[in-house]
Amino acid sequence: MAESAQSAVGGDERIKEISPLRRALIRPELGGMVGTVAVFTFFLLFAFDSGMFTSQGVMNWSVVSAQFMIIAVGACLLMIAGEFDLSVGSMIGFAGMMIAIFSVTLSWPVWMAIIVTFALCVSIGAVNGYIVVRTGLPSFIVTLAFLFILRGFTIYLPQTIERKTIIGGIRDVAEGDWLASIFGGKVGQGFFVWLGDNGLIETFERGTRQGQPVVDGIPMLLIWALAIIIFGHVLLTKTKFGNWIFASGGDAEAARNSGVPVNRVKILMFMFTAFCATVFATCQVMEFGSAGADRGLLKEFEAIIAVVIGGALLTGGYGSVLGAALGALIFGVVQQGLFFAGVESSLFRVFLGVILLGAVILNTYIRRIITGER
Amino acid sequence: MTEDSKFHHGDTNAQEPIIRMIDIQKHFGSVIALAGVSFDLKPGECHCLLGDNGAGKSTFIKTMSGVHKPTAGEIIFEDKPMHFEDPRDAIEAGIATVHQHLAMIPLMSVSRNFFMGNEPTRKVAGINFFDKKLADEITMEEMRKMGINLRGPDQAVGTLSGGERQTVAIARAVHFGAKILILDEPTSALGVRQTSNVLATIDKVRSQGVGVVFISHNVRHALAVGDRFTVLNRGQTLGTAKRGEISPEELQDLMAGGQELAELEGSLGGTV
Repeated sequence: MAESAQSAVGGDERIKEISPLRRALIRPELGGMVGTVAVFTFFLLFAFDSGMFTSQGVMNWSVVSAQFMIIAVGACLLMIAGEFDLSVGSMIGFAGMMIAIFSVTLSWPVWMAIIVTFALCVSIGAVNGYIVVRTGLPSFIVTLAFLFILRGFTIYLPQTIERKTIIGGIRDVAEGDWLASIFGGKVGQGFFVWLGDNGLIETFERGTRQGQPVVDGIPMLLIWALAIIIFGHVLLTKTKFGNWIFASGGDAEAARNSGVPVNRVKILMFMFTAFCATVFATCQVMEFGSAGADRGLLKEFEAIIAVVIGGALLTGGYGSVLGAALGALIFGVVQQGLFFAGVESSLFRVFLGVILLGAVILNTYIRRIITGER
Repeated sequence: MTEDSKFHHGDTNAQEPIIRMIDIQKHFGSVIALAGVSFDLKPGECHCLLGDNGAGKSTFIKTMSGVHKPTAGEIIFEDKPMHFEDPRDAIEAGIATVHQHLAMIPLMSVSRNFFMGNEPTRKVAGINFFDKKLADEITMEEMRKMGINLRGPDQAVGTLSGGERQTVAIARAVHFGAKILILDEPTSALGVRQTSNVLATIDKVRSQGVGVVFISHNVRHALAVGDRFTVLNRGQTLGTAKRGEISPEELQDLMAGGQELAELEGSLGGTV
């Protein structure tokens, strides 16, 4: 193949040799990679002593980044398929509340509460998608409606049933539940004890847990994030369906003419986004032991920002799951890093706005290179 | 898509038409778009369909590609009467249409575009994966056959010129088993050099035994590749001529002046 590519270059004098830099530029992950390196360099230089790079610190920003990653992968695939979902944040609150109501108020077994919640939320995702493809309305409007509908229910239901907006006690009912431990548990405890014993990570120096490692395992949230990223990346780049996702977002009409089931692809991506939001919600509920009506606020925008930093085009048809994951990592590291560095947290929003603008401008430029527009 | 159905060379009697459209009529309410058009196409032939705007060219090819059902008339495809319910039927039978506005996605690579909707898969551990290596190889090979030198299979379609995009679309249709290729004004938006590329592509496709229906209102483009020429005017055939039987001037007159002349003839009472 390399040879034929070479001869092809020689074959047409009008095709200019493109520089490796330009070639690298059209990789969607580039922005995310550069950003990740920049962010880590910055914090290693200016916040190294702040505790950000101790085992506990690393775990702190890893967990925050993993949360962003889970919803960013869903938002990324949906955006590449040409649609948005603004109801992600409300979906997170709604899903958490449903698990709490089913398991605490209705005393269902937790595994059943989780499964029913997943089925419910993924169905709502399907309804979102169905309305979008049937009416041809912008997904922006349809999912904006669901942003309010779901948030409304998330506040209304616990208030009517329990007369409060936070339902607790989930940790008690989830004790020993097989499915709950898949979302709320930790893995690798033995490994961390070994690391602690060998002085590779910090251990508690005093108190009842003296000698035990400060970080005692990898939360399942991280495993979920990793699994969803791998799944999303393989689906997008290595399967037939992935090609359909690109095609549906690139030009739905052209894709339809070529026999791609565009509507099915889009609805499935709405369902996947809802699935990711529900994973996020379930992990959060299991970690906190409670569900609150205000959970997940603004998460839809944070997911979209991570995806855009990761190089996806807002107009669809182009992007990368790995890029979105890096975008989420930048997001998490900066948010927690500023906290460690003692910077006023409101400045995080300033940073967010600036980096979003920069990313969108860069992406537009990249798009011009790819499509050869002037 | 199986391997062996990739190409359909005209190994049967080359003089036997693959498709015959007999006395096709199409009415839209009170509007008569086609008032009895007959047309046939042989394998390995380029049959040009000429006519001015509103002559019924588009309606006619849409009837052939299954978009419209004829009000009256018969379609005989490979010696069997055909009734296409929708464009899918026609595509499956081997009638591919390359539209003016192409089914190409600029942001996607050539090889991803080439196999869009027909991706080859390879089983790994029970899961079907998109066989990108095979797709890339076939794409490079097919493009080379058509005389397009790609930088690589990952090159985005957006970087190709209009003529090259037409060629990719044509190569794709042929690769996926088209026996009849309908090209709807493929050269109307192209420059001189790109036009000649597309015309060369048509010639290559024809030599593989595919029948080409070439719709145009440019007589010179049609004469460059056409074997036969049918002129449509106001929903009717003005006649079919073989290559060499008709001069460009005559063809031009037939297309541009046919209607005017007919009217003139009427008003002058048969003196012209």
